[in-house]
Amino acid sequence: MVPLWAYLLVAAGLFCLGAYGVLSRRNAIAVLMGIELMLNAVNINLVAFWRYLSPLNMAGQAFTAFIFVIAAAEAAVGLAIIISVYRSRQSVIVEDVDIMKW
Amino acid sequence: MIVTEFDLATSLLAILPEIALTVLALIVLALDLSLPKGQHRTIAIVAGLGLGFTAALPLILWPGSQATPEGLYWGGMVRHDVLSQIFKVMVLLAAGITCLMSIDVKGVGHRGEFYLIIIVSTLGMTLMAGAADLIMAFLALETTSIPLYLLAAFKRGDQKSAESGVKYFLFGSFASALMLFGMSLLFGFSGGQTSLYQIGQYLGSQAFADNAIPVLGALVLVIVGFGFKISAVPFHFWTPDVYEGSPTPVTAFLSVASKSASFALLVRFLMAVFPAALVIGDAQIKDFWVQLMAASAVISMTIGNVIALAQRNIKRLLAYSSIAQAGYTLIGVAALQAASTDVQAQAVASVGFYMFMYVFTNLLAFTVVILFSEATGSETIADLAGLSRRSPALALMMTVGLLSLAGVPPTAGFFGKFFVFNAAVQADLVWLAVVGVLNAIIGLYYYLVVIKVMYVDRSEDEDKPIPVSRPYAWVLAITSLLVIVLGTVGAQVVFDWAVRSAGSLFVG
Repeated sequence: MVPLWAYLLVAAGLFCLGAYGVLSRRNAIAVLMGIELMLNAVNINLVAFWRYLSPLNMAGQAFTAFIFVIAAAEAAVGLAIIISVYRSRQSVIVEDVDIMKW
Repeated sequence: MIVTEFDLATSLLAILPEIALTVLALIVLALDLSLPKGQHRTIAIVAGLGLGFTAALPLILWPGSQATPEGLYWGGMVRHDVLSQIFKVMVLLAAGITCLMSIDVKGVGHRGEFYLIIIVSTLGMTLMAGAADLIMAFLALETTSIPLYLLAAFKRGDQKSAESGVKYFLFGSFASALMLFGMSLLFGFSGGQTSLYQIGQYLGSQAFADNAIPVLGALVLVIVGFGFKISAVPFHFWTPDVYEGSPTPVTAFLSVASKSASFALLVRFLMAVFPAALVIGDAQIKDFWVQLMAASAVISMTIGNVIALAQRNIKRLLAYSSIAQAGYTLIGVAALQAASTDVQAQAVASVGFYMFMYVFTNLLAFTVVILFSEATGSETIADLAGLSRRSPALALMMTVGLLSLAGVPPTAGFFGKFFVFNAAVQADLVWLAVVGVLNAIIGLYYYLVVIKVMYVDRSEDEDKPIPVSRPYAWVLAITSLLVIVLGTVGAQVVFDWAVRSAGSLFVG
């Protein structure tokens, strides 16, 4: 059987990839994709922990299901906001969104 | 911490404010659909008064009463105790006042769905105040944040508003993803527990005999998420831009309600998952998080206050001031590590009191800013010149608000700071209290500059008074009265009562 740490390693790798995407991409949509990757890494973590540590308690699965729902809601709201920026500025490049600076 | 045996009647009573909010949200939605255009004032008043009445529910259902004993409800999802009730009252009042103060704001208050989104976000905040489970905490956080992203971008066609929305959204969802990863690790380290109290017990028990480093990693990830929500340095980058760009009532709501609900959850998280007595493999976990909190408090206060000195836009000034205020409150959070439970109760009460007075103080200041910018279209501090001759009452209200933010008696801010610093001294963090006092002096300068502009500087528009409609007059009267009462006769009474109530948090 695949050991638990292998799943955790995949999740950590995926999480780092997502975080790298958020920090390095200039396109707001790509940043959003990075955030989705991070959330999926969390899901892998939760499901692996649930399966190996407490398969009788469904809390881990329930948590994962809720994260799916929240991720969907977040993406819907986020895309709506990005579209409204695109309408006013014809660009989704994060660096162009810079009227306000200190 | 034992889960209360399930009893439908008491369980429903324990979440009665949330149920009332859901009903109110549906009523507002129905009104928005059925009322003819131009009736937005009715919706705003229904939402504002509804939220105000809902704020009485946590007081009626005070824990310890026969109907709703203190404890965990709904299978351990929510906790019904003093901490949750105090913060519920706070966010509900803040939301109600926000509804009333957005009535006349163009492009915002004239649309019924604005009030609906505020109510849904408040629902998330009340759940945050009571959350006692990882799943509940995460759901409540997102129920709060997702509507707030929408509110920040609410002014359609306004470039600044859209920009602040996209910035808030990207930073916010990144921070919550980091926090969630920390939560998933805590879930794993505790052998698949989701209840905050059980995680804390498991980490302290023999069953978890591993080293403390991974737990500290998870703690840091979670604290990053909280740091973002309360806009503590170094997670504050979004704050000035979002505060400046959002419609002003939204800025007010963000700066008080979202911040106080996050403090409630942060305090509960530290008390439940990382209690002061927690030791993992000979490592005192509290030493670590106290240093984290103290460091964050010091740099938040310093950076917030120093950068605020250079601001020209009043909303941006209040944004940096709110960063500094988060720093002062974190002093109280750091004092939670004290050895004796008496001091811990004082620390919780001081955080509660600080947020309570901050809610009303900031709403007071923002109401004046809304009235001023709706009348003149300007948010620049220099344009406040001559306000004392233009509208003496407004200038006086603004002065009360700013003095309270600065912590000058006889306003509530003085006692807020006093109790927080006192808790720090009692918890052997004297140096932290000293840094706090020094920062309060820096802060006083930029608040006084605004007061000077209003009272000393002259302008050509002095004969044009700023119109104040009735809901705004009510808001100003209520908030300024509370600020003064909490700063004079009410302070000691309320604080003593809060300390006594908070004492019950540490029994058992």
